[in-house]
Amino acid sequence: MPVALAAIELHVIQNVIAAVVLLLVVWGIIRVIRHPFWGVRIRGVFKVGSAVAALAVICGYLLVAWTDSVSWKSPVADVESRYAFQEGQPRSLFDRIFSAVVGVPEYAYKEDSYSSPLAKVEFVDKDRSLKYRHLLGTTQTGHDALYTTMKGCKPAVVIGTLPLMFAIPLALLFGVAAGFFGGRTDDFVVYIYSTIASIPGILLLFALIAAFGKGLPQISFGLGITGWIGLCRLVRAETLKLRELEYVQAAICLGVSRVRIIFRHILPNLMHIVIITAVLAFSGLVLAESVLSYIGIGLDHSWGAMIDNARGEISREPPIWWNLVYASIALFGLVLSMNIVGDAIRDALDPRVSAAK
Amino acid sequence: MFAYIVRRLLLGIPTVLGVLFILFSLFFWFAKPEFIAKRALGDKAHAEQIEKWIIDHGYGLPKFINTSESGVKIVTQTRIWQYYTQTLMFRFGNADLDNIPIAYKIRKGMGPSLALTVPIFFVVLFVSVSISLLVALFRGTYVDRSALFLCVVGMSVVFFVYIIGGQYYLGKVLRWYPISGWSDDHMVHFLVLPWIAGIVAGIGERVRFYRTIMVNEINSDYIRTARAKGVGDTSILFKHLLKNAMIPILTGVVMAIPFLFLGALLTESFFGIPGLGRLAIEAIQNNDFRTTSAIVYISALIFIVANLLTDISYTIVDPRVRLQ
Repeated sequence: MPVALAAIELHVIQNVIAAVVLLLVVWGIIRVIRHPFWGVRIRGVFKVGSAVAALAVICGYLLVAWTDSVSWKSPVADVESRYAFQEGQPRSLFDRIFSAVVGVPEYAYKEDSYSSPLAKVEFVDKDRSLKYRHLLGTTQTGHDALYTTMKGCKPAVVIGTLPLMFAIPLALLFGVAAGFFGGRTDDFVVYIYSTIASIPGILLLFALIAAFGKGLPQISFGLGITGWIGLCRLVRAETLKLRELEYVQAAICLGVSRVRIIFRHILPNLMHIVIITAVLAFSGLVLAESVLSYIGIGLDHSWGAMIDNARGEISREPPIWWNLVYASIALFGLVLSMNIVGDAIRDALDPRVSAAK
Repeated sequence: MFAYIVRRLLLGIPTVLGVLFILFSLFFWFAKPEFIAKRALGDKAHAEQIEKWIIDHGYGLPKFINTSESGVKIVTQTRIWQYYTQTLMFRFGNADLDNIPIAYKIRKGMGPSLALTVPIFFVVLFVSVSISLLVALFRGTYVDRSALFLCVVGMSVVFFVYIIGGQYYLGKVLRWYPISGWSDDHMVHFLVLPWIAGIVAGIGERVRFYRTIMVNEINSDYIRTARAKGVGDTSILFKHLLKNAMIPILTGVVMAIPFLFLGALLTESFFGIPGLGRLAIEAIQNNDFRTTSAIVYISALIFIVANLLTDISYTIVDPRVRLQ
């Protein structure tokens, strides 16, 4: 089995994941819109003007991230000799679109050093003229700043969702078990999460990464482990409430199996909590990744890494500000839109909020 | 009340033991001792040197059961036993990296951390409670909506953009404050910039949090009754609303205590303040697990005590709450 897996190349696996994610998202959207309860609630989100605008922005980010995840190899072309290392490397759909727009392959669209936005000469050495014009300037290594910034979409979207894939099932499993079965199970779950919660989250995260090493799986695991507790508490409290409701009590009396009760009666009524928490957690996760990048344990090519690389350059004279600004704006745009959409979804789904208005 | 406190403190014991188990497994189980030794001695260290270092620092013992000993020593001559007993007795030993006693490092770091976080915390608390009171008074109007929007905008900016912006504008362009550094004699001079960054970064999220509380309270019956009998706005805000909103506010305040001691991790390393937060980050970056686990242990203890204090303080602000 491992041999068979190793034979499949990484980019092919990524393509399969990207395709599956796209199908799941489309299927999910169709299901939700047609659903008698969720459809009405979700349409409430679209009545808020700011939420629609924010949703459009998010779709832009997601589009870049998705096109950046689908990649394939080109037949070997006549690559310039200095870019021979690119031969046979998979290039993503996003890379190809970008190359088509600027007219040169993305790996060749670079300078030797910094250039300021729309400049004709290099920033440090004013006598050297640039090979290409760059709308937003270039980074330290001469890569186009616009390209580098847009490349940050994929790590941001991945780090915003992957820890949730880990945290949500964990929180649901423990929270529902604790709330529904009570007794020893409840004591055990409460003990586990209060122990983990006694360790300051950010220190636990650093410690996990220090012990297991850097990398996307480790970071996702760390963020998930520190992030599931809040949701678990909410799920446990809500399950405790739901268990006492008449329809659940009736189902118990009728002898419906526990598993069936949990899946038919408890879980669907917890979904609004899960969705609200997930959407609001997304921006927190993206921000957390940028903090990790500052410590030097974040993901490659993320906006956090970009800010980290650029933060020393601001003290140069004249300051090189643009890379810092682009990465911050890109990060800000995503997090702000996600917060706005999250608030709109919470207003639409949370019965407590609508009651308080 | 006394019985309640004693019971809660006893319930804290398994939690502390659990925390120690997590730390032990992270730092001394999954992480290889050779790795830590190499970090402390440098990559060029000889194999014998590394072995000697491992034995000297107590990493040479078996983890859970020592089969080469007999009697009680089967249990006591193990790493987990030694780790638990030493940490529980607050005998942290010397740092793996530079052999300075960890307890001394922690005592020294606490001062700067508190000097950084306590003013930030109280200013943010005061300002955000005041703003949220005002916003709650104007709820539903454009004042409320624009304040909320500003809060969301403030929350969406990465924390260190404020830091870098402050360092650039106030430090480099205006030259009002040093960009980073520390001196015990001119503490305030070095602290102003971190204070400003911390306050600006914290206000958005807090105002939103307190506003939710205030709006929930202001819609309740006792406020309507007070209005009906002709109580003025000031009196309603401060006498009726604030008193009732104290409970959730207090939770936040007491639960923030552990983080005050811990300092602001990022702010400290950005501004070169020699506090506990920077100590923790440097320890983790250098794989100095002894120091890290000592800091985490202490903050977990403070966290458990703060949790208890929260519950006790409920009885003070809310006479309806009784602890048994």
